[in-house]
Amino acid sequence: MASYSDKVLDHYSNPRNVGSFEKNEENVGTGIVGAPECGDVMKLQLKISEQGVVEDAKFKTFGCGSAIASSSYVTELVKGKTVDEVEQIKNSIIVEELLLPPVKVHCSVLAEDAIKAAVQDWRERHDEKDQKSTAAG
Amino acid sequence: MQRRIYMDNHATTPVDPRVLEEMVPYFQEEFGNAASRNHAFGWEAEQAVDHSREVVADLLGAKAKEIIWLSGATESDNLAIKGVIEFYKDKGNHIITTATEHKAVLDTCKVLECKKRARITYLPVDQHGRVSAEQVREAITDETILVSVMLANNEIGTIQPIAEIGKVAKEKGIFFHCDATQGFAKIPIDVQEMGVDLLSASGHKIYGPKGVGLLWVRSRGPRVRLTAQMDGGGHERGMRSGTLNVPGIVGFAKAVEIARAEMVEETARILALRERLNEKITSELDEVYLNGHPTLRLAGNLNLSFAYIEGESMLMGLNGSGNSDLAAIAVSSGSACTSATLEPSYVLKALGVGDELAHTSIRFGLGRFNTEEEVDYVAERVISEVKRLRDLSPLYEMAKEGIDLKDYFAGMQH
Repeated sequence: MASYSDKVLDHYSNPRNVGSFEKNEENVGTGIVGAPECGDVMKLQLKISEQGVVEDAKFKTFGCGSAIASSSYVTELVKGKTVDEVEQIKNSIIVEELLLPPVKVHCSVLAEDAIKAAVQDWRERHDEKDQKSTAAG
Repeated sequence: MQRRIYMDNHATTPVDPRVLEEMVPYFQEEFGNAASRNHAFGWEAEQAVDHSREVVADLLGAKAKEIIWLSGATESDNLAIKGVIEFYKDKGNHIITTATEHKAVLDTCKVLECKKRARITYLPVDQHGRVSAEQVREAITDETILVSVMLANNEIGTIQPIAEIGKVAKEKGIFFHCDATQGFAKIPIDVQEMGVDLLSASGHKIYGPKGVGLLWVRSRGPRVRLTAQMDGGGHERGMRSGTLNVPGIVGFAKAVEIARAEMVEETARILALRERLNEKITSELDEVYLNGHPTLRLAGNLNLSFAYIEGESMLMGLNGSGNSDLAAIAVSSGSACTSATLEPSYVLKALGVGDELAHTSIRFGLGRFNTEEEVDYVAERVISEVKRLRDLSPLYEMAKEGIDLKDYFAGMQH
């Protein structure tokens, strides 16, 4: 592991969209993937409009520089995309952008999983909300 | 050029200028082969080597002829263990060692196990990384031929009760090998008092050059025999063939001379620096845990786990993460992400430190050339990196909200 790519260093020093949305904020899907004993945990939150477009994203990551960079990059990647488009994002895009070496590819896989988990969470909440309003109305 | 601060003195040390000066003549002026019997070039080299033997033997309370020069501590551990097992194969083939030995010992043992040439007992350590003489005693069988326990651990600095183990080994008539690489010339050693029969050491851990080490082998009370692992010429009384690294040996001995003269003062100074670093860091940050024994540890070693952040990202930050205004600080980590095999430190695991805390560990190795100014700067950078990474960490956020992380992640599917 000789040296890190400039992009990884940049995301590490200047991570994009760090933080969390307010707990009661509507239309937010949260995905938490990984495990502390593996040394990698990513929390990705997507704020998704009624039309199913990602308006905003926030992340927090426990992990190595490549893991932090992968999740930071993802928050940039998803903005403005539809939920369907976002679910199609493959880890290879992250690997290419950040020039991740083979030993760090798993960090990009986890980031891909985080997107899917966040979307899944949003879908479940969204469906729940729909059901409630149907029942009430 | 970016400023650099080196605090990884367990990995290696810079060569002391006085050592380098001592070595230089042996490259181009007195460059003879110490085994050349027939001219002054050879005699000079031999003399330098013999003098070096005396210097080192003196430090150990041993005889000069008992010193074998070789390429480093790894080769020394190999020769000690394989040499004894092979020579005494009719006497027994059981070795007792500890779970936290250096890979040079552990891998050598594993190879012997795989080849069915030895049976190995790996003694577990307590939460501070120590084994007890009692454990050794209980593990001894009729087949036991060797005990191998390191003087001080390279990751956590913990010092083992060598003299107590030595008593048990003597009582039971079993050879006792001590890998003294990290404690050599830092902690007083007397091979008679410690009851050891074989001892390994390396030049590049004590401000000497890389590529040279020694194996001390007791010649009396009892006499220890070995099967040589390097053949060809019969150097070092047949124990280790190969032309001697004369400049390296001269450098090693000079490093020993300096260390011996300055040991007391240097240990006190480095200990004060370590305590200062520890104090500054732990007074500013919560949830920081010390790995290893609080007092029975090498003066320069500080191994801390910083909960909720990961070690490799810390190293990236301490390296300056591409910002040349910041000094690049060199330390190391027990995190899986820093190892080629993606496995966390086996030493921390042996202490019972959970994987998640192993991933957050940083090892600081202070040494002769570190200053108070460097310690203060490093403390500041560590504190700021940890705070920054905790802000980035979902685990810190969850912990502050009172979520039990173990329960939470146990319930998750991966």
